[in-house]
Amino acid sequence: MSLNRTRNFKFDWITIVLFLLLVGFGWLNIVSASSSGEITSYLDMSQPYGKQSVFILFTLVLIILVLSFEAKFYERFASIIYLVSMLSLVGLFLFGKTVNGATSWYAIGGFTLQPSEFAKFATALAVAKYISDLQTNIKGVKDQLKTALIIFVPAFLILLQNDAGSTIVYASFFFVFYREGIPQIYLLLLLSIILLSVSALKFSVLSTAIMVTVLIFVHHFFIKKKKGSILQPIFISLICVAFSFGVHFFYSNILQPHQQNRISLWLRLEKDPAKLKQMKRTILYNLNESEKAISSGEFTGKGFMKGTRTIGKFVPEQHTDYIFSTVGEEWGFLGSSFVVILFVLLLIRILHLAELQKSQFSRIYGYSVASILFLHFMINIGMVMGLIPTIGIPLPFFSYGGSGLWGFTLLLFVFVKLDSNRINEW
Amino acid sequence: MRKLLLFSLIVLVGITFIARLFYLQIYTAKTYDIYEDNAIRKVFYYPKRGYVYDRNGELLVANQPSYDVMVIPREVEPLDTLEFCSLLKITKEDYINKYNRAYIYSPRLPSPFVPQLSKKDYAVLQEKMWKYKGFYIQKRSLRDYQTTIGANVLGYIAEANQKEIDADSYYQMGDLIGKQGIETSYENELRGSKGVKFIQKDRFNKDIGSFRNGDDDIIPTPGKDITVSIDAKLQAYGELLMQNKVGGIVAIEPSSGEILSLVSAPSYNPNLMVGRERSDNYIKLRNDSIHLPLIDKGLLRMHEPGSPFKALIALTALQENVVDENFTVRCTGAYNYGGKRSMSCHCGTGTRNIYNGISESCNSYFATLYRKTIDKYSDPSHAMDVWSNHIKSFGLGNYLGYDLTIGKPGNIPDGAYYDRMYPDFQWRATTNISNAIGQGEILVTPIQLANMMATIANRGYYYTPHIIKSIEGQSIDSTYTTKHHTTIDKHHFEPVIQGLFDVYDKPGGTANFLQVPGIEICGKTGTAENFTVIDSVKTQLTDHSIFVAFAPKENPKIAIAVLVENGYFGARFAGRIASLMIEKYIKGSISRTDLERWVMNYTLEHEYDKPTSGKPFRINANSGLMTVKEYERLKKIESEQIQIDMQ
Repeated sequence: MSLNRTRNFKFDWITIVLFLLLVGFGWLNIVSASSSGEITSYLDMSQPYGKQSVFILFTLVLIILVLSFEAKFYERFASIIYLVSMLSLVGLFLFGKTVNGATSWYAIGGFTLQPSEFAKFATALAVAKYISDLQTNIKGVKDQLKTALIIFVPAFLILLQNDAGSTIVYASFFFVFYREGIPQIYLLLLLSIILLSVSALKFSVLSTAIMVTVLIFVHHFFIKKKKGSILQPIFISLICVAFSFGVHFFYSNILQPHQQNRISLWLRLEKDPAKLKQMKRTILYNLNESEKAISSGEFTGKGFMKGTRTIGKFVPEQHTDYIFSTVGEEWGFLGSSFVVILFVLLLIRILHLAELQKSQFSRIYGYSVASILFLHFMINIGMVMGLIPTIGIPLPFFSYGGSGLWGFTLLLFVFVKLDSNRINEW
Repeated sequence: MRKLLLFSLIVLVGITFIARLFYLQIYTAKTYDIYEDNAIRKVFYYPKRGYVYDRNGELLVANQPSYDVMVIPREVEPLDTLEFCSLLKITKEDYINKYNRAYIYSPRLPSPFVPQLSKKDYAVLQEKMWKYKGFYIQKRSLRDYQTTIGANVLGYIAEANQKEIDADSYYQMGDLIGKQGIETSYENELRGSKGVKFIQKDRFNKDIGSFRNGDDDIIPTPGKDITVSIDAKLQAYGELLMQNKVGGIVAIEPSSGEILSLVSAPSYNPNLMVGRERSDNYIKLRNDSIHLPLIDKGLLRMHEPGSPFKALIALTALQENVVDENFTVRCTGAYNYGGKRSMSCHCGTGTRNIYNGISESCNSYFATLYRKTIDKYSDPSHAMDVWSNHIKSFGLGNYLGYDLTIGKPGNIPDGAYYDRMYPDFQWRATTNISNAIGQGEILVTPIQLANMMATIANRGYYYTPHIIKSIEGQSIDSTYTTKHHTTIDKHHFEPVIQGLFDVYDKPGGTANFLQVPGIEICGKTGTAENFTVIDSVKTQLTDHSIFVAFAPKENPKIAIAVLVENGYFGARFAGRIASLMIEKYIKGSISRTDLERWVMNYTLEHEYDKPTSGKPFRINANSGLMTVKEYERLKKIESEQIQIDMQ
């Protein structure tokens, strides 16, 4: 193999094609969801689809820009990019513009920019940079805490801006840490937290506490081979019980009513049919309409620009967070499954490439990209189809919005660039 | 292992999503129906319902616009019910009841909320309609009857009921459908087909333009005008003559089978079946259990035909060659068969041949003919079948197949019928000898009798009687233009027709006094005994007066059957009415005004009062005639008596 050939950057065309398919198909659906069935010009800047066309053109420029930098640049400047990004988040408290209750935008001229969409990229770079540092030992608690801090800062800043949905995305870094070797106990802990929370809300705190205590003691006396002190199971049970109470307290006293309702609906906590009907008309309205739109698409869909519920704008926010309902209505089971499969293929491709990386930085970064995209994919489509509670985050490459599109493109293409340099790494 | 966590989660989530999509889009999805899609508003346009003309081009039925307030319960938003109710002139309770009824029918399909607003209410309401989400005004066309006659023929339209909606997907709640008469028979032609316009709505229920540029819209097709075979003048005259009587008149044009008039008395004004009072009026009419105005007497009354049936006895005997036209019988005033049993005869003794046998209605003569016909074969069951077959070829004993939806089959017994009746097979012609004089087991409807006369007039064939004459841009059903031949040879008809002619023409004929100068009428009187049950006792009432006729004798223009219930002997009421009807139809005017005055002057109401009066009463010859004035005076006295009794 000649050096000449390896110096010719070899971009992963599969990833790029999947990316282009998603952006292109996404754009078609935005056209449909935001046009009311009539199109004057695809570049009509008064309409979301026109703006999105421009965003996509800029995205192509952005891709060229990203790919033309040295691969090493991203690793070298990771800390600075992270710092700048954090500053842009802090700056929101001074110059931010509030839309829908969240102070997440800078208004520049006629456009708005959402720095949190870029913060994911910056955080991924910083995490990759920190863990790949030779001095960092991710198996040690001290470095684990430091890494957690890198994530906690943007997550906290975004939460303060009242954008809970985007905060949740930072949970995706768990997959990265797990891959990089944090102890198994964290996974166990995470699963326990999820199970305990759901159980405490769904079946009451008391029954959860009793069940958990019984399980722990059964484990201690009958299953565990090396028996330690009796204090150990007692202590764990106490923590679990306390946690269950904590979850309940958090749910009833700290969460805002609309958040409570979303969880209550998801876990089917509300039994009163009259109240349930009322909820379906109000907070569940979006989901109800979105499910109806998807159902009405049936096997082949109603066809491009022919979805009656899309044209009638029955699903609010359809061109942003609920874009997948347009796919469901107009392209049917075939089109929707196609989109799901595209995402799954893209994610698996990124994972595959990440594992192939020779440099730890590239691998961790690639893993972060896959994790972040996966969480968006899971939460957004899950929400639109009523599988998980309503959490407002966009569908990558699909939803309308310049910041989102550029943020995700940056995220993905920096990895494409890093990957292309794989052969040159030693 | 650690590498697999995210990978397996991605695959798992992908599979879950596709499963969920399958569940939503294929497993639970109903086939897309634009009528069920609440993103599309459906606006219906009801076309003009076809007009109805009589055979001479006189307009009988036209249309008038009507406005229904419709509701789609799912789309109703909180509203000022007080104002809305006052605009609609309903109470709050009405509002709740109507809303609930509509909701139970369907939350997403339109139901009529307040049907048939007056023009004034509509004008006021229309201005404010935008305020009431989920309600809208639907324009329809109601019938506007240009006449007061022929309610039984014209029928009426009303809102389709659940059964009709289930049976035909064309209809929706609130749609109008023919419920009776020609409105039912020619519903598809008259209604045309409604148009629909699909309008895209947004989630605020606001119209945002036509759906797919109106590609799926359906343009309404106007209903077709039809011409009925009824002669409105003759029909009106028949209804006039039948005042204060219960019964029916059926007149048929023999050369075509067209029904010239179909009178059912008493009738009602068809305009009672239009508008908001329709159901109240309907209930009032239905509750009149004495006159039964909703029962079409010409189609539904089934009774023994009596003497008119003798014409068929003669024809079958001639056809079976058991007698010839010169055969005579000596009548002694009674016909004895088998020992002491005998059938009396009112012809007044003498030698009877086929002509005066018919004209003087001699029972003995026809009993002899009938007996000879049945005794021709050694097996009475077979003989009965042969006889029955001849009779049925005149359209008796089964549904005639005319284009009105109601009817009765009547009854013509055959061999098997008597085998069932007498399981020991011990029956002979004498067992059912009363068939010979049109009594016993024979049952006919007035329209069957009229058709029988048309068949005799045609010398052996008939067209299925029908009420339709023509349909705009379409030919009528070929069953109405196909000849049905009888099993009787043509030459046998002449002596019988001569006999029927003698009924009028000869001094001894039962209708001699009913001759019309210048018209050769052939006819036959008839009486039918009838019974009712009073306090679970079978009680005989005054005989029904029956008359059948056709005219002129050559090239007949009209065949007619008249039934006047409890009118006593055939010539008294039915014969007079038939005679007047024939003159009216053929000449266009009445020369014998005294006869006309007689018919209109006398009432039979006192006969109809008898069964419910609770008092003993007399019938037939012992029951006198009563004029309309006398009856009114009697009623007045009775009501005064009741008032005195109550005080």
